[in-house]
Amino acid sequence: MVDCDQGEALAAFVRAAYEQDQALEIVGGGSRRHLGRTPQGATLALSGHRGIVAYEPSEFVVTVRAGTPLAELRAFLAASGQDTLAEIPQFAPASTVGGALAVGLTGPARPYTGSLRDSVLGLSILSGTGQALMFGGRVLKNVAGFDVSRLMIGAFGTLGVLLDVSLRTARVPEREEVIRWEMSWLEARARLRAWEGAYPLTGACYRQRTLYARFAGREARVAAACRALGGERDASGVLAALRDYALPDFSESASLWRVLVPPDAPLTDASATIGWAGAERFRVNAEEASVRAEAARDAGQVMAVWRRDRDAGPWARPGDASLTLMGRIKAALDPRGLLNRGRLYPDW
Amino acid sequence: MSEQGESVATTQWPGAFWRALRRLAPPDGLLMKTTELACYECDGLPLYRKRPQAVVLPRTRDQVGAILALCARYGVPVVARGAGTGLSGGALPHPEGIVLSLARLNRILALDPGNRVARVEPGVRNIAISEAAAPYGLFYAPDPSSQIACTIGGNVAENAGGVHCLKYGLTTHNVLGLTFFTADGTLHEIGGPTAEGPLDLLALLIGSEGLLGVVVEVTVRLRRKPPAALALLAAFSSVEEAATSVSAVIEAGIVPAGLELMDTLALEGAQAYTGIPYPPGSVAVVLAEVDGDPEGVALDAEVLRAVFARCGAFALEEAEGEADRRRLWLGRKSAFPAMGRIAPDYYCMDGTIPRKALVPVLAGIAERAQAAGLRVANVFHAGDGNLHPLILYDAKAPGALERVERLGGEILDLCLAAGGTITGEHGVGVEKLDGMCAQFTAAELAAFHALKTAFDPDHLLNPGKAVPTPARCVGAGGLHVHGGRLPFAHLERF
Ligand SMILES: Cc1cc2nc3c(=O)[nH]c(=O)nc-3n(C[C@H](O)[C@H](O)[C@H](O)COP(=O)(O)OP(=O)(O)OC[C@H]3O[C@@H](n4cnc5c(N)ncnc54)[C@H](O)[C@@H]3O)c2cc1C
Repeated sequence: MVDCDQGEALAAFVRAAYEQDQALEIVGGGSRRHLGRTPQGATLALSGHRGIVAYEPSEFVVTVRAGTPLAELRAFLAASGQDTLAEIPQFAPASTVGGALAVGLTGPARPYTGSLRDSVLGLSILSGTGQALMFGGRVLKNVAGFDVSRLMIGAFGTLGVLLDVSLRTARVPEREEVIRWEMSWLEARARLRAWEGAYPLTGACYRQRTLYARFAGREARVAAACRALGGERDASGVLAALRDYALPDFSESASLWRVLVPPDAPLTDASATIGWAGAERFRVNAEEASVRAEAARDAGQVMAVWRRDRDAGPWARPGDASLTLMGRIKAALDPRGLLNRGRLYPDW
Repeated sequence: MSEQGESVATTQWPGAFWRALRRLAPPDGLLMKTTELACYECDGLPLYRKRPQAVVLPRTRDQVGAILALCARYGVPVVARGAGTGLSGGALPHPEGIVLSLARLNRILALDPGNRVARVEPGVRNIAISEAAAPYGLFYAPDPSSQIACTIGGNVAENAGGVHCLKYGLTTHNVLGLTFFTADGTLHEIGGPTAEGPLDLLALLIGSEGLLGVVVEVTVRLRRKPPAALALLAAFSSVEEAATSVSAVIEAGIVPAGLELMDTLALEGAQAYTGIPYPPGSVAVVLAEVDGDPEGVALDAEVLRAVFARCGAFALEEAEGEADRRRLWLGRKSAFPAMGRIAPDYYCMDGTIPRKALVPVLAGIAERAQAAGLRVANVFHAGDGNLHPLILYDAKAPGALERVERLGGEILDLCLAAGGTITGEHGVGVEKLDGMCAQFTAAELAAFHALKTAFDPDHLLNPGKAVPTPARCVGAGGLHVHGGRLPFAHLERF
């Protein structure tokens, strides 16, 4: 694997940009460049900053440079029989660890193995002034200082240039099976709930009147689940495709919405693809008003993964009080608003 | 405003402030007399004491907001307080400010078993949430040993853990939403059904030790109670073997609900305290608990037995039923108060290290303790590397405290040198400000200050805590216990 630490050079680049008041677009593998608002500024390429900084299989922690392709990281871990603990979407072969963290999406395993930010133990960043800062660490429990590491995940690179990150890893399961059943969503939801804790469920989705559930772990337990639950083995790769936002209807869509609601919220659109045991619902090419109404009814949220009117942004503008606070947080870490300017909101 | 003889009348704040505060606080919710203030002078770390100007006990969130806005107008410092069980001086009053107690905001607002969430006010005690959820077969996972007393607001502020956090995560992994006031009295609602959003403000608020906002509502995630559980106690004839077995358990791919280690001194104290004997010849024991469905628990138990045997365990005890498991855990849970049986005073540290460093760091601690002429007992959350070395001493011996503090500093240095942290769960508070200087660079501390300023430009919320000014440095931190008088001695300890 390529091992190249460009931390110093990147810091010098950001410092120079700061002096010249030059906005920067942070680019990893470029596979998520179509997410968020239209990028602006000079390119800060992270793809050369790559490699494993530290890996201790017995600790289940890997420290990796942000420009490392996800596929390379996973292949590296696989050699020790491990994988990342969180299920991380890979948009394209070039997708980097840093890009995935900045966008912050987690695959269908989230209710069972946690969110991407849950598996971040610590990271180092360059602030908007080009200063290298480290937060968190490589240990599981750490309450020293504010939890800036988690804050970075999903912030679209607007708060710092991610340099290195320590991620939790897990064993690759002995066996993995995806099984499918045709049934109503109500029944699917009840089953998913009943199986939690009773079977080694590690991911599921419901789409086109079919429930797909993944069981993984010890051979004996997966075998027991397959025996007890019936259904048909599924080799279509639907869960992996959902993880990577590569389902055929997704990739051809002009707008893809994630509606985040309490899992029990009633289903408003039978064509939705449902993940996270009901809490994440994907609506393809839906009208914005209809997804917002769906979310609002259950105090939920909406994220546009991508959308026709790209510059309307991935998340709705929050209320004034929140936006002011968020703007101040942004200014604390990136006083001149140079990092991924405008990627999340027009004014910063 | 002039008060009766015994009140604190040395205030610098104008009469108009006090008059307004009296109007905003409930009739029985403003304490200003010396006698009333006494029990708010410290938290669970009584080494540090300060008397506040007043204690305010609002009942509603509107009162909280109005009080904060008033304090902001006059520039009065505010220290939020839950149950005051914190172990790092987080709720230590500011001598010029007020203590804002959230203890009376103690209602469970909603419990939604279908969606497995509960919405609660900050003064609700940790255990009350699990009690309310129990009829639905649900529980709130983070379980600090202080859970019968500590509040969910305090848990959020400290990112509290518990014995189950190895498997179920800390507070930060179990909170979906927060409602809080910033220092100026502005209300903010953050989080959502899946705790996602453009900026993860939850991450900043949780563990912020009352510096960024005053939390008035918490939405927590509930989990299904596991149908089966099994506890195992493995006895070893050396600490090295015991510590090695801890790593071996995790390497075997098991995620126990709890995985704890006790060394000879800790065992000696626990045995004297509970009367429950450990296998004769135990130099160290490891306690492991696995939970889940019966089949999974049986498989995990098989692996645990094999791992402990391979690592040299010479005796193994098992407990399945609730009562038997409690008995097996009892010595561990009472280990802190039990220390009173073998030494007049002790000082509790709270560092976390990578598991692989357990053997060398424990050896390093023993070596330095011997050089300092002090005894150290170890009883801790081994599975996540969270050490609690207890330095035993007698405060009446001349120079003892200084030697203890020096040793404490050396222990924290060992944790940092092993790639660890100065605090795993007790927080920085006032106690580990010096340790923060060792763990973070000046630029990182400046970033923390900038974030503090973003939320609280005038530094009115819990000023001087958690993040040291660049000016101060050197030294060590820990929990001091004097004359065996332990704050909250009736609570179980981890
Ligand atoms: C016997 C004993 C055992 C313990 N065991 C554990 C353990 O296993 N794990 C663990 O993690 N801790 C443990 N602790 C430490 C302590 O119980 C926890 O830190 C707990 O979370 C503190 O809650 P509290 O309500 O007592 O908060 P307090 O001590 O009152 O306050 C703690 C901090 O929170 C702030 N705060 C309180 N309420 C709010 C609010 N509503 N909004 C904003 N800020 C607020 C305060 O300003 C202060 O900084 C233990 C303590 C004792 C005494």
